[in-house]
Amino acid sequence: MRELIARLLPYLGRYRRGLAWGLACVALTDIIALTQPQVLRFAVDDLYRGVTAEKLGRYALMLLGIALSAGLFKYWMREAVIGISRLLEFDLRNDLFAHLQTLPLQYFQRGRTGEIMSRCTNDLAAVRMMLGPGLMYLVNTVVVALVSLVFMLSISPRLTFYSLLPMPVVSFTVWYFGDRIHRRFEDIQAHFATMSARVQENLAGVRVVRAFAREDHELDDFHGLSSEYLDKNVQLIRVSAVFHPVLGLLSGVAAVLALYLGGREVVAGRITLGQFVAFTVYLAMLNWPMVALGWVISLFQRGAASYRRLTEILDVEPEIRDLPGAFRPEHCRGELEFRDLGFTYPGAASPALSGVSLRVPAGRVVALVGRTGCGKSTLLSLLSRTFDPPPGTVLLDGVDVRRYALGWLRAQIATVPQESFLFSATVAENIAYGVAHADAEGIERAARVAGLDTEVRGFPRGYDTPVGERGITLSGGQKQRATIARAVLRASPVLLLDDCLSSVDTHTEESILRRLREELIGRTTLLVSHRVSTVRDADLIVVLDRGSIVERGTHDELLRHGGRYAELYREQQLEEELEAS
Amino acid sequence: MSHDDELSGKGYDHRLMRRLLGYLRPYRGGLALAGVLVMLDALVGLAGPYLTKEAIDNGIRHHDLGHLQRVAMLYLAVLLVGFGLGYLHNQLMQRIGQHVMMDLRMSIFRHLQRLPLSFYDRNPIGRLMTRVTNDVDTLNELVSAGVVALFGDLFALIGIVVAMVNLNAELLAVTFSVLPLIVVVSLTFRLKVRRSFREIRSRLARLNAFLNENLTGMSTVQLLNREQRNYEQFRDVNASHRDANLQAVHYHAVFFPLLELVGALAVSLIVWYGGRQVMWTGITLGTLVAFIQYTQRFFRPISDLSEKYNIMQQAMASAERIFDLLDTPVDPAAAAVEGAAERAAATDGRPVPALRGRPADGTPGPFGGCIEFDHVWFAYDGAHWVLQDVSFTIQAGEKVALVGATGSGKTTLTSLLMRFYEPQRGVIRVDGRPLAEWDAGELRRHVGLVLQDVFLFSGTIESNLRMGGPALSRAEVERAAREVHAHEFIERLRDGYAAEVRERGATLSAGEKQLLSFARALAHAPRLLILDEATSSVDTHTEGLIQDALLRLMHGRTSLVIAHRLSTIQHVDRIVVLHHGRVREVGTHAELLALQGIYSRLYRLQYLGGRSLRRPAAEPPWAAEDGPQGGDVETWLAG
Repeated sequence: MRELIARLLPYLGRYRRGLAWGLACVALTDIIALTQPQVLRFAVDDLYRGVTAEKLGRYALMLLGIALSAGLFKYWMREAVIGISRLLEFDLRNDLFAHLQTLPLQYFQRGRTGEIMSRCTNDLAAVRMMLGPGLMYLVNTVVVALVSLVFMLSISPRLTFYSLLPMPVVSFTVWYFGDRIHRRFEDIQAHFATMSARVQENLAGVRVVRAFAREDHELDDFHGLSSEYLDKNVQLIRVSAVFHPVLGLLSGVAAVLALYLGGREVVAGRITLGQFVAFTVYLAMLNWPMVALGWVISLFQRGAASYRRLTEILDVEPEIRDLPGAFRPEHCRGELEFRDLGFTYPGAASPALSGVSLRVPAGRVVALVGRTGCGKSTLLSLLSRTFDPPPGTVLLDGVDVRRYALGWLRAQIATVPQESFLFSATVAENIAYGVAHADAEGIERAARVAGLDTEVRGFPRGYDTPVGERGITLSGGQKQRATIARAVLRASPVLLLDDCLSSVDTHTEESILRRLREELIGRTTLLVSHRVSTVRDADLIVVLDRGSIVERGTHDELLRHGGRYAELYREQQLEEELEAS
Repeated sequence: MSHDDELSGKGYDHRLMRRLLGYLRPYRGGLALAGVLVMLDALVGLAGPYLTKEAIDNGIRHHDLGHLQRVAMLYLAVLLVGFGLGYLHNQLMQRIGQHVMMDLRMSIFRHLQRLPLSFYDRNPIGRLMTRVTNDVDTLNELVSAGVVALFGDLFALIGIVVAMVNLNAELLAVTFSVLPLIVVVSLTFRLKVRRSFREIRSRLARLNAFLNENLTGMSTVQLLNREQRNYEQFRDVNASHRDANLQAVHYHAVFFPLLELVGALAVSLIVWYGGRQVMWTGITLGTLVAFIQYTQRFFRPISDLSEKYNIMQQAMASAERIFDLLDTPVDPAAAAVEGAAERAAATDGRPVPALRGRPADGTPGPFGGCIEFDHVWFAYDGAHWVLQDVSFTIQAGEKVALVGATGSGKTTLTSLLMRFYEPQRGVIRVDGRPLAEWDAGELRRHVGLVLQDVFLFSGTIESNLRMGGPALSRAEVERAAREVHAHEFIERLRDGYAAEVRERGATLSAGEKQLLSFARALAHAPRLLILDEATSSVDTHTEGLIQDALLRLMHGRTSLVIAHRLSTIQHVDRIVVLHHGRVREVGTHAELLALQGIYSRLYRLQYLGGRSLRRPAAEPPWAAEDGPQGGDVETWLAG
């Protein structure tokens, strides 16, 4: 808990004035509201003894005045405390996002997105509830309890003692039931997850379910899970259905005690009728803080647990980052070199690359071919430090890529990945995604090079057409070409094309390549492809197999060599023939 | 995340409500009881202020301690009764809510089992899951918290008014004079908060969508150096969400104190006006106190109304989505399942004897297994033909291999035979009867389907072999496993046949999963085998087992095999070559090779070329480095 507070202090510190004011308002609104029973007390006593209409009017106005000023402070209280909790939520969320941006790709793999999303929504909400309503009701509870206690004691210590007897029971009840309700609720949530997983399995395996006529069995099974869910809910209901009535009962008992004992005191002449009325009102006012106390405790418990989960994210050290003394040269030529590169993915048993040595002079085009999993994409991802290569194995302009500032390094490289990722933005924004400023002319030119221009003009709003769920859905080929246009516009000295034309037909591919070649003069290019037609004009073709280079040479040399590349070439000729038939 | 989060905007839809009420009908007895309990509870709740008045006027002021004690005891008794009533109706209502939810959930799930596969092609699983889970839970709020509480509140309001009239009608008029103020304040608030609530939801949806997109596309963001700009964008989206919330905070900050102020106004009026009456017209002090208490109770339910409205609005949106799903027409082939489902419902969901063998209306003769494709045309989207004019016949007991390039329509053909989809034109006949006349369950009972990707359910190895089917004896299951060489590796697992299948079989090798799927098909003794050969490469030993198991599986059965292995086409009677959705060549291996057409090219490409770089997954495993090379095939051809 102490560590939690220490970590939250910098956030809270930013708003200390507002927070102090807000919490002061909590105290003030409570104190003011607690004078109301005193007015009632005098009014009743006066009524009992006989009173003037004028005096009655004054009491009424006093009541109104108290409500007005208490209300005013209550307004400020909510604006300040709850408002600040929203600001804190905003700051925390920004910091989370900024931190997530520094984490490497590896962190986001293994389907962690759902988990992170839940941290950024549910857990953040729990933290906010702790810092907003939690804090507010904590002060409220303490002030109301203390002040009304003082007033009650001033009326009659004896009466106070007896009528407060049930109060700790109330708090205990709230805490006890709250705890149990929470635990059973978590149990239900866990079962809910099981049930969801079962539904997911059923839907994903729909073909098998139908093929084996397994529908009945699935229904029975789901019925079983549903029944169990029902039973668990009934378990919860058994507890939760008692909760509110028991609270009503306990506060009622306190009221009866006050009525009976207070009545006796009035009859005995120890307190006045007005004091008696005021006392019952104080007692009623105490109800809420006692209920709130249990609630506040659980708010803090949940908030603390959630904040711990948030710090788990915030404490992840970004593995790939600038080394001390990272530098950003003025100019980049674009000469690449892999020096006896071996690389094993974290947690993998066997290496993805071993003993890869390759030098690409600036401005040259080198093609990488090989079957899936041979290490082509890995090679590219090490260049841009999506994964970190071993020291001294991957060099740009003769310097280890790890020694450059990460931002600078990535700015020198334009990657067209295997899987295109477009954002929910317009076509133009997506093409210009990798550059700071772009004019319409540049965007259109890039699109023309990528062979996308004509199609974009056919879209309802041209380049301003939104992409994604709220706009049009692009085909796989269109997405790939948009990504190519993105890289063209980026105009960086190094270009990495990772099998980026696989969803485009051969004919279109050739025309895109022709334009790309003109465009790319002077840019160092690493080109991964499965198609001979794509790679045949490269300055050098490198064949990879199981993480090692097995052949290298120009198209003609490799054909003469009669190895794997030649085999691939023959095969694709056959395929073309087959397509034509 | 997108449109699911947006509310349809209507708060109340009569048609939807009526349909929802239909689900409450089976519980009308319990509901009526809950209604009575709620009314009694409200009634009992009215006693407090009245008893206070009694205590003050007749106990305290007359110094009658006996009376005071009697009133206190009575009060205590009333509290206990109220506690009992509150507990009962709370429990009853929530239970009914849970039962209704379960009924609804089951009917959605049941409906999903009957929807055509084309529906699944169109709807992402995530969205369907939301219907079964979250949407149903939202409705629960309405049933268990909303409806009855509203009813209780309404009744309490009426009760309070009646009680106040009885005490003093004139004072009631004074109290009521602030009522318009309450209504105006509440209505204004409700209107503002509703708009602001909708705004918050849509901004939160945008925030989450942005976050989700950036998390999934994080590597793109990083490679393009977009961190700073995306952070700024995120901050803007986040700020707009914050501002919408601050707006709501503002409304709440104004509303709650204002409402209390109006309440205080009412109390002041009562003190002022009632106080004068105490002095001049002789109403009692107790009446005055009771009146103030009633007044405070009167305002509470009114201020709760806006919250109830939100529950209602969300529930309506969920109901709309659920009923949309339930209104999707079912698969005509699902007739058998429908019968089962109905019976499951009739027996209150207790396990029903499985229905797999239900005879069709006609008297089904013994299943022969003769299959005839008669000018079949099919398109998934109704526009692009995947199969065009496909005609061929498989005699009972014949083994046929389907061969063709990726996308030639092989898998589609088998899906049609399983009646997963209906062809647009043409007829498929089994034993001379069109598929449409077959009961889908009856047909599938005779078919053993082995898919390329083996889908394992959570459960044990044994339950995955049984597939919840007819009462197979353990011996039968084991015999099937032995027959296809699955027994050996199952025995080696820690719990043997009782071993848990985790994460869809992630702990099993690709080869083991294939053998399991063979055993699964064989255990049900199908007359017709439809097999999509797996292409994942396995080690040489397992490969040998698989090839042998495959032959045993096909033995004596009508078989339609999408073949990827040379050893498989080697053992079939005929080969059907599909190309761009058309049957181009039919014949034996030797005949087709002699044709020098598509098959001979495919054969060279897929079965001889071996080291395809383009489709490494589709390459025959024996083409791997240490397997037999092309030369062996030549030997086989010569022999």
